[in-house]
Amino acid sequence: MRKHFAAARPAMLFTALLLWSGTVARADEARLILTGSSTIAPLAAEIGKRFETLNPGIRIDVQSGGSSRGISDARSGIADIGMVSRAPNPGESDLKFFGVARDGVSIILHRDNAVPSLTDAQITGIFKGNITDWKDVSGKPGRITVVNKAEGRSTLELFLNYFKLRNSEIKAHVVIGDNAQGVKTVAGNPGAIGYVSIGAAEFEAGQGTPIKLLPMSGVAPSVENVRNGSFPLSRTLNFVTKSEPQGLARRFIDFARSRNVDDLIKAEYFAPFAE
Amino acid sequence: MTSSKQNTLPLSRSDTWLIRVLAVASTAAACILVLIVLFMLQEAWPVLQRIGLLRLLSDPAWHPAEGLYGLAPMVAASLAIAAGAVLLAGPFGVASALFVRFYAAAPLASAFRLALLLLAGLPSVVLGLWGLTVLVPLIGRIEPPGASLIAGVLVLALMILPTIALTTEAALDAMPESYLRGAAALGLSRESTILGVILPAVKGSIMAGVLLSAARALGETVVLLMVTGNVVRLPVSLFDPVRALTANIALEMAYAMGDHRAALFVSGLMVALLVLLFVLVSRRLGGGWSFNV
Repeated sequence: MRKHFAAARPAMLFTALLLWSGTVARADEARLILTGSSTIAPLAAEIGKRFETLNPGIRIDVQSGGSSRGISDARSGIADIGMVSRAPNPGESDLKFFGVARDGVSIILHRDNAVPSLTDAQITGIFKGNITDWKDVSGKPGRITVVNKAEGRSTLELFLNYFKLRNSEIKAHVVIGDNAQGVKTVAGNPGAIGYVSIGAAEFEAGQGTPIKLLPMSGVAPSVENVRNGSFPLSRTLNFVTKSEPQGLARRFIDFARSRNVDDLIKAEYFAPFAE
Repeated sequence: MTSSKQNTLPLSRSDTWLIRVLAVASTAAACILVLIVLFMLQEAWPVLQRIGLLRLLSDPAWHPAEGLYGLAPMVAASLAIAAGAVLLAGPFGVASALFVRFYAAAPLASAFRLALLLLAGLPSVVLGLWGLTVLVPLIGRIEPPGASLIAGVLVLALMILPTIALTTEAALDAMPESYLRGAAALGLSRESTILGVILPAVKGSIMAGVLLSAARALGETVVLLMVTGNVVRLPVSLFDPVRALTANIALEMAYAMGDHRAALFVSGLMVALLVLLFVLVSRRLGGGWSFNV
């Protein structure tokens, strides 16, 4: 027994030394701070990780806190880059916006549902609980199951904004977390209606999952239409800076907008930004 | 081996070391638990202070983005799911333990025990996936949407059944042989032995096992997230979708900030409190061992 303890002592010392040297090394690293939209934060963190691997000695710090924090932190200089998941408002022309990716949401139904499309008013009616049977929207009779997203999800936020709804107005029958769960829920219930990121829905439908994506205002739901901006239920995910970015910030923004991160963008079910 | 507490022999060198190692390990485990609870309290504090426990329990709805933090429906849902699962799995678990111990032929008993162990070892996410893709659509055919209280109860019952069966079996094994011999000497039939001698003798430890599995049911997350529909409301019918406290945390934690995040920590504290309550009660019941014959 005693021998083991003796052996452990140098190991502990070594660990302590390692930790200490780590903090020292960190002090002279170049740092880039990003704050803002929780939609973009996971993607920015992934891009940051790859950027750090390619550029040793550089640290990318990503903190989420909402688009408005992204705007105010970029303006005040607390963050080098703000993350904003919407188009610039009129009062924000002093800031520079750089699109990184595009995010689109598609309404999904079970593949056996005969309803070919729904108007915005019909969708609002269904989610508010005013329309409860498919026969009221020219489908086969059957109870509608409304599948909503859990509080805080960016897809929920985009959906609510587009349809001018508050979350408390939605009469949900099922609340889901991630896109995959949403797809499985709708695939298992012929009367269900839900919404998920287009990238996820397109992928699953392509794999033979029994769901279908509804067009919005006549525009087909596809990652391509999200990318070129023609799909209505979509938005641009932006990096925002106070002035024309220089040095490290410039390099990072260029990297995030390059083809080098397409796979990361697709992994988060976003569409790469049109170059 | 001498019982260590009544040991009057001088401690050997290796004993001293063993005691030190054990003391360090158990202190560390206890400290970590205390630190976790303190951490949860600290994270929950802003909302407990500003909004108060009363409003957390009495707000009419859960819409954190709109400043409503009603947790009561989720407390009710968690308790309802756990209670339902225990009511369902309890009788089945005890029955299967009695069957294996007293009726089943040896090969059947060992096969059955193996099946129970397999079920006990099945990761909850696998059961949840099965629930989501098989059970929920089936229930949905009877009463849409399918994701409901009953779906959660059924899958959880399946999950805790092996625990109840195995703890009951362990209790039966621990029962002194003399009880059975006494019953046989009195000429009791197998049925009367089981009902009149065995069950009364082990009922305390059965209850303890049942309550421990109820605590496990309360803490279960992934399964409930997948099959109960997660709509925050008081369950009225078995087919109503509900949201458990644990599912609430898993659903929203990654996206929550400020008071919303703190309110999720309150959800966690409530789960911990309910589990603590169950464990305390189960210890009291389990304390009723009476095999000192």
